[in-house]
Amino acid sequence: MANPMKIRAASKDGVTEVKVLMSHEMETGQRKDSSGNLVPAHFITELTATWNGKTVLEAQFGPAVSKNPYLAFKFKGGAKGDKVVVSWKDNKGDSRTDEAAIA
Amino acid sequence: MKKLLLAAPLLWALQGVALANDELRPAFKAMLDASFKTTGIAAKYRIYQLDFQAACSQPKPPPASVQKAIEAAQMQTIRYPADGHYFGDWREGEKIAISGRGLTWTDKTPTDNGGGCYNCHQMSHHEIAYGTIGPSLLNYGNVRGRSEDIIKYTWGKIWNAKAFNACSNMPRNGDAEILTEEQIRHLMAYLFDPASPVNKP
Amino acid sequence: MKHSVLAGLLAWAVCSGVQADSATDEIARYREMIADGNPSELFALQGEALWKQKRGPKNASLEQCDLGLGPGVVKGASARLPRYFKDTGKVEDLETRLMTCMQTLQGIDPKLVIDAPWGKGEKETMQALVAYIVTESNGEKIAIDMRPPQMKKMYELGKMAFYYRGGPMDFSCATCHGDKDKRIRLQDLPDLRTQAGAAAGWGTWPAYRVSNGQFWTMQHRLSDCFRQQRFPEPIYGSDVTIALSVYMAATGNGGTVLTPGIKR
Repeated sequence: MANPMKIRAASKDGVTEVKVLMSHEMETGQRKDSSGNLVPAHFITELTATWNGKTVLEAQFGPAVSKNPYLAFKFKGGAKGDKVVVSWKDNKGDSRTDEAAIA
Repeated sequence: MKKLLLAAPLLWALQGVALANDELRPAFKAMLDASFKTTGIAAKYRIYQLDFQAACSQPKPPPASVQKAIEAAQMQTIRYPADGHYFGDWREGEKIAISGRGLTWTDKTPTDNGGGCYNCHQMSHHEIAYGTIGPSLLNYGNVRGRSEDIIKYTWGKIWNAKAFNACSNMPRNGDAEILTEEQIRHLMAYLFDPASPVNKP
Repeated sequence: MKHSVLAGLLAWAVCSGVQADSATDEIARYREMIADGNPSELFALQGEALWKQKRGPKNASLEQCDLGLGPGVVKGASARLPRYFKDTGKVEDLETRLMTCMQTLQGIDPKLVIDAPWGKGEKETMQALVAYIVTESNGEKIAIDMRPPQMKKMYELGKMAFYYRGGPMDFSCATCHGDKDKRIRLQDLPDLRTQAGAAAGWGTWPAYRVSNGQFWTMQHRLSDCFRQQRFPEPIYGSDVTIALSVYMAATGNGGTVLTPGIKR
């Protein structure tokens, strides 16, 4: 079970900035452990962000993204109290969805 | 690690440097004894000091007379190459200069250590990730020349820097068996060879 | 002819200087960028939950733990550690104090923390707790109470340890941290003899390390310093680590705490 994300969203002059911190190993599948065995790949593949149910961002992630990824983006619109929902899926079929209210 | 051959006067002088916080010495020693443990190749005895290490463990270096005595004793430890061959391959030398591996408790073997030169020195015209604890060695061979004196001095400095500056920050690469004679030859080539990136932009 | 060669060399020297500067500038810019999304927050979230969670043989939380400002007070506590604690008769840093609380309140044997590998078992618990607690001192001033004689003694022992040379490379802490404006490769080294240097060093650890995705406590930081110094391994929470912590923290007194930090 994946750990929660930390999401912050703030709106200013009609633009909302969303900052997301994800808790994920992001294993590339190319590293070896101390006994020389390949560590299996484990990384986020898809990410979606919605604002009041409407998709504002879709992203494809890959093994080049660092452990515990941080993502910041802006979209037009959004008002105080509106809900922003972020979800990701990884290559092992695990997923996580968290939400935050726009400040 | 080599034992230090100390002349009696040096011992005497060292006692003279007696530390300001003498009364804390026993507590300090007990603290170190209780605080460290052997892990991997990093054995606990490493916390016990050689005499010159103790003399150089204050905020200020010891008096000039003590430093001179240390330098004279350390000079005796330098082994020059028996066959008179001072130079290896500068390409190998560069690898040794860049590698900072070896002798920690996570290192497996006591051989194949790096020289860690770039941790403290600028060397090549091309490597920008160099430390500044030691002086720049850029253009070393071009600037210092290639006389026999300079070659012998450089070998000695790499082998045991304390022979030239008692409390030098630089490790005793040869004396403390950090690097092999072969590795030191490669480093010498890296510093002196006109084709080495230390000398050739 | 001679002049132009000299000028050429000079130009080159200036260029390489600029190169090195821009590399350190780039690192500074990178740090600024990641400071916004410091993953320490993920550890702090877990730590806050662990602080309130009933655990151990006594099935109790840590909410009654006294970090020096009274039972349960977390805000500002780590900015005032290490300190002398009357109840244990010892100078304790954040991690040894937490071990005391885990033992007295929860019945968790300190050995479980001491013997666990970094980031595993009770050390994983510890790093999360530390991340939470130091976040609650972010922006405070380093305020070490140096009045108790036990603190003065620890400071002196720490200073002696700071200058103590040994091991196969003859290094002391001062070899790298005893002069101003030095670096190892491209890594700037704080001069821990000075107030500003000690505040910059002590005040930005514990920290998240981007290069390995790990959160490092101060004990972990110190242990790895000793590793690179080619010393034997310091025992977790041992007096040499406390003494050095008191020396650094007291030297940095009055500086700003910026924890958890974010590092290369």
